Amino acid sequence: MVVAIVLVLLVVGSVLFHFLSPWYFTPIASNWSAMDHTISLTFWVTGSVFVAINLFMAYCVIRYRYRKGKRAQYEPENKKLEWWLTGLTTVGVAAMLAPGLFVWANFVEVPKDAGVFEAVGKQWSWGFRFPGKDGVMGTVDAKYVSDKNPFGMNPDDPNGQDDVLVSSPELHLPLGKPVKALLRSIDVLHDFAVPQFRAKMDLVPGLVTYIWFTPTRTGKFDLLCNELCGTGHFVMRGSVVVEEDAAFQAWLSGHPTFAQTSAQVSGDAAAGKALFAVCAACHGLQAEGNPAMNAPKLSGQGDWYLKRQLKSFKNGARGSHEKDVFGKMMAPMAATLTDDAAIDNVIAYIKTLPDNPALITTKGIATNGQKPYVTCGTCHGADGRGMQATNAPRLKGMSDWYMVTQLKNFKQGIRGAHPKDLYGPQMALMADILGDDQATHDVVAYINTLR
Amino acid sequence: MSIFHDLTAKPWATAPGTVENLYDRATARKLALKVFLAVVTVLFMLLIIAYGRRMAYEDWRPSPQLGLLWANTLALILGSVALQWAQFSVRRGHMDGMRVALLAGGAFTVVFLVGQILAWRQLSTMGYFDVTNPAIAFFYLITGLHGLHLLGGLVAWGRTFSKVWGDFDVAIIRHSVELCTLYWHYLLGVWLVLFGLLFSGNNLDILLKLCGIR
Amino acid sequence: MSYVAHDESAFAPPAEVEEVELYHPKTWVGKYVWSQDAKVIAVQYAMTAMGIGLVALVLSWLMRLQLGYPNSFSFINPSNYLQFVTMHGMIMVIYLLTALFLGGFGNYLIPLMVGARDMVFPYVNMVSYWVYLFAVLLLVASFFVTGGPTGAGWTLYPPQAISQGTPGSSWGIILMLVSLAFFIVGFTMGGLNYVVTVLQARTRGMTMMRLPLTVWGIFMATVLALLAFPALFVSAIMMTLDLTLGTSFFMPAIVSMGQQGGHSGGNPLLFQHLFWFFGHPEVYIVALPAFGIVSDLLSVHARKNIFGYRMMVWAILAIGALSFIVWAHHMYVSGMNPYFGFFFATTTLIIAVPTAIKVYNWVLTLWRGNIHLTVPMLFAIGFIFTFINGGLTGLFLGNATVSVPLSDTMFVVAHFHMVMAIAPILVVFGAIYHWYPKITGRMLNDTLGKFHFWVTFVGSYGIYYPMHYLGMMGVPRRYYAIGGTDFIPASAHFVNEWITIAALIVGAVQMVFLYNLIWSYFNGKPSGSNPWNATTLEWQTPDTPPKHGNFGATLPVVYRWAYDYSVPGAVDDFIPQNVPPREVTGRNSSKT
Repeated sequence: MVVAIVLVLLVVGSVLFHFLSPWYFTPIASNWSAMDHTISLTFWVTGSVFVAINLFMAYCVIRYRYRKGKRAQYEPENKKLEWWLTGLTTVGVAAMLAPGLFVWANFVEVPKDAGVFEAVGKQWSWGFRFPGKDGVMGTVDAKYVSDKNPFGMNPDDPNGQDDVLVSSPELHLPLGKPVKALLRSIDVLHDFAVPQFRAKMDLVPGLVTYIWFTPTRTGKFDLLCNELCGTGHFVMRGSVVVEEDAAFQAWLSGHPTFAQTSAQVSGDAAAGKALFAVCAACHGLQAEGNPAMNAPKLSGQGDWYLKRQLKSFKNGARGSHEKDVFGKMMAPMAATLTDDAAIDNVIAYIKTLPDNPALITTKGIATNGQKPYVTCGTCHGADGRGMQATNAPRLKGMSDWYMVTQLKNFKQGIRGAHPKDLYGPQMALMADILGDDQATHDVVAYINTLR
Repeated sequence: MSIFHDLTAKPWATAPGTVENLYDRATARKLALKVFLAVVTVLFMLLIIAYGRRMAYEDWRPSPQLGLLWANTLALILGSVALQWAQFSVRRGHMDGMRVALLAGGAFTVVFLVGQILAWRQLSTMGYFDVTNPAIAFFYLITGLHGLHLLGGLVAWGRTFSKVWGDFDVAIIRHSVELCTLYWHYLLGVWLVLFGLLFSGNNLDILLKLCGIR
Repeated sequence: MSYVAHDESAFAPPAEVEEVELYHPKTWVGKYVWSQDAKVIAVQYAMTAMGIGLVALVLSWLMRLQLGYPNSFSFINPSNYLQFVTMHGMIMVIYLLTALFLGGFGNYLIPLMVGARDMVFPYVNMVSYWVYLFAVLLLVASFFVTGGPTGAGWTLYPPQAISQGTPGSSWGIILMLVSLAFFIVGFTMGGLNYVVTVLQARTRGMTMMRLPLTVWGIFMATVLALLAFPALFVSAIMMTLDLTLGTSFFMPAIVSMGQQGGHSGGNPLLFQHLFWFFGHPEVYIVALPAFGIVSDLLSVHARKNIFGYRMMVWAILAIGALSFIVWAHHMYVSGMNPYFGFFFATTTLIIAVPTAIKVYNWVLTLWRGNIHLTVPMLFAIGFIFTFINGGLTGLFLGNATVSVPLSDTMFVVAHFHMVMAIAPILVVFGAIYHWYPKITGRMLNDTLGKFHFWVTFVGSYGIYYPMHYLGMMGVPRRYYAIGGTDFIPASAHFVNEWITIAALIVGAVQMVFLYNLIWSYFNGKPSGSNPWNATTLEWQTPDTPPKHGNFGATLPVVYRWAYDYSVPGAVDDFIPQNVPPREVTGRNSSKT
């Protein structure tokens, strides 16, 4: 008896949960509303079956429960009933399958007028490429991939020279235009998934896969990797900004072509020396850092990282949070570097400075920090050398007190939470794995042993 | 009785069948071997499909042709023929003939296996040997697995061969020889398919083109 | 037509019947350790499987703790988390469920139910267990090697399974692959036994269509496993070679963490095809024995024949055959040729039809029955409810279009746990409550059993039903932490917390079950030989628990199918399969 009542309660509860709970698909932002319709249809068909069979079962349990002296009916089979049920099931299945196949036909056939872009995945970040003026993508190959050429562009292919390279996890797309996304991975499997677009597809190294969709709503949407790609899978995120065509074109023209990136010259250290005088006031003449001034060591840090941080300070992605006391001091300093050339020059000068390990100031327990560092090491290197490929700066021999501050800032949302900070959110999620201050000090103490 | 008839019987109503399915050790073993061969078939079939799929890529470099494989194939055919002869002899009661044929079957198989190892070495010393070349990797994998199956067969062969001296139960030996023969014929068949499709030229490619698949 | 009266001359036992040779051990070790008795091997299999299953249960707690209370536990970092997920999945699917259903229930029930003295190759059967145990030990060893066990997900997809950035990508993955290869070898030995025993060693009168559905389910699952495991076997070997010798079966040219890899030209999708060519039948390898066993539980405890026996057998055959041509429905968004989607969506939805028939027939077995709400019956009802839910969500994921937004989300996790974790496990429990009296001679405690049922059934529904909605919101699977997104409402975290609490409770209650198993072994009510008044042969043995050789001096002769319950005219409401027609009182009454 109880079991029948529980069955009824579970059925009723499930149905109520479905209709009353606030948890369901996020509002759609692409042309794939047909997918939502097939899902609703499937819900109606399967939902009725679920309710009908379970209620019938509950009825049977009550009606035919054991009674002394009663006997079950002896009926080996009932052909007519069974064929009826088979027939009805087939009809129900066909009702779900047929619309599904029609939508699938749409899904695999890309409209001829679709614009093209390429999403490139690697552990654990996204990059994007647009075909440029000629409308043709240049050829690529894994063998060309390097820190200088993260997209693996074929340097000899004329079609590739005008390809626009977006080396950041933020993608912009024009509103209302069908786009075909070519998907390419340079290391392991990834998956390009924007829940609001519904469509998703894996990136497979060695192949180029595709999906297409038409963004139908402006806004900023999260892009998530949906195929397990290693330790950093859950931080492999990006965003897709859908905007009016004009805004999109403006955004696109702000990115360099392949020809421009490969023609980039390194900065002039001699010119940078003069600029560095301002920096030296706090960071020290040899950029060795100065805890008293809250200025971290710069020498030995990756130039790509210094450049990104200077730009972040300039555009407000860093040093604009009200609680970021020292960041707010750095922001106006960074503003003294008026253009990209100035940034390149000063970084070129920093590169010439001697790289001596910073003084040890923290008192964490290194042995306790070893285990959590395994996670850090996947991006920053087991030896803390830093890797441009994973956008991870060097840690070993750098200012330990600064790392403690930054880890705390990441955890508290002081750093990495600004909408313009495209790489910070990744580190913020990672910094969360350090439970408390002691854990932070311990892991930094372990980093101090990597010299 | 056909399977269809069996499966449509109404077990609650029909009169029971006659006494059936008496357990018989020889039949059981033969059935077990056949089921095992079905498993092995799936194994090699999947490898051939994987090979064919990999061939579709444009960077496919066919594996070099080794003349030695023809000789090995001949050795395996002779091994199979010898075992067939052993089976024939034991059924006729010619025990000496059976012993000689059994020995010959084992010997030819060893020759085949040694030949395969020589082929491996030949390949590895060739100038363009490259383990990332999938054709070469497949060659090692497939011939290795096939060789392992033959080695397993040689264990069963050895057990049989050690029993055919002195007094022995003819029925048991006949049964063992039959099983060995079936297994050898089967592995020869597998080898002929593998050799014919994959290792004696680009025949799989030609076949797929003939069928219009590629 | 009369259905109990037969021409008895057909049953005159022939004089000489060759019997399975039994090895009679003389020592305790020979009897209980190096045993060749299928019943002992079954218990060995079951205990090993449940032991390693407990490890997997603890792993599931650990990952639920992280998901419910992110970053509160310093011992769970992202690498550990993936290792927990991977090992939990692999252990549960292969080392627990497959081993328990086929090695455990298969070994115990097949010989008894078909009326054989033992498996036809007892020695091979014994080796099968020891190879399985070795595979389990290799798996356990991977927890202790440098880098820990693999964290590539139970699907072990290359390249990540053997690339940097995935935990356990050096030693862990090798041990995993080698362990799987040994598992398959061990299983093949056992599987040959099960198939040949069912086909060759049935007792007189036991036609295929008189077999209980339990045997049909296990038999078909074994056939599927024999034909599907080679795919996993070759892919395990090929991936091992890619890792150790630098071949490029699955590994394309990649640049991992800024370093050029040494491979070129391999195809990661080839692995996925091979994996799912094994992986989808694997679902039915777990499900078909459950289907079979639950049919018998329902029939016995509802005192009614299984409804539509023939349809049930045909459905098992149809599902088995179809299960080999649906594998790529796991790969709709894998990047394979999208045109395959049409074919695989169609075949997948077709398989829903025979599966639905089975569900209807289970419910129709209850209809007009005389239902005893014993613990096994409760578990059987719980199974039907859970399986309906899990099966129906399969229609979402099988239909290519509907599947796209849901694939790789928690919806998938909820679906497959409902359909191939909870549902079969409920059957495992029901079956243990049902057959424990035969195995030990004592009943399991009823009160503890009911408590175990209610918490497990309602609790696991409470875990997995809301989880579907996490998936619909877009929460991806295998995420260590979801953090902040623009599409998941903050309230969704409540669902995660709820699931974690429910999972901890349901897991803890399994200890009550283990306690019941041990307590009842010593203190349970003596059961007698046939406590449920069941018809099948295992309940008709002269001894309980059955001795080595199962049936005493002479093998039983079978006169009827396994489902003669509540036959009109018979005195009792059941007629055992080995009761000759002349002994059925009032046998001449007719059905019509």
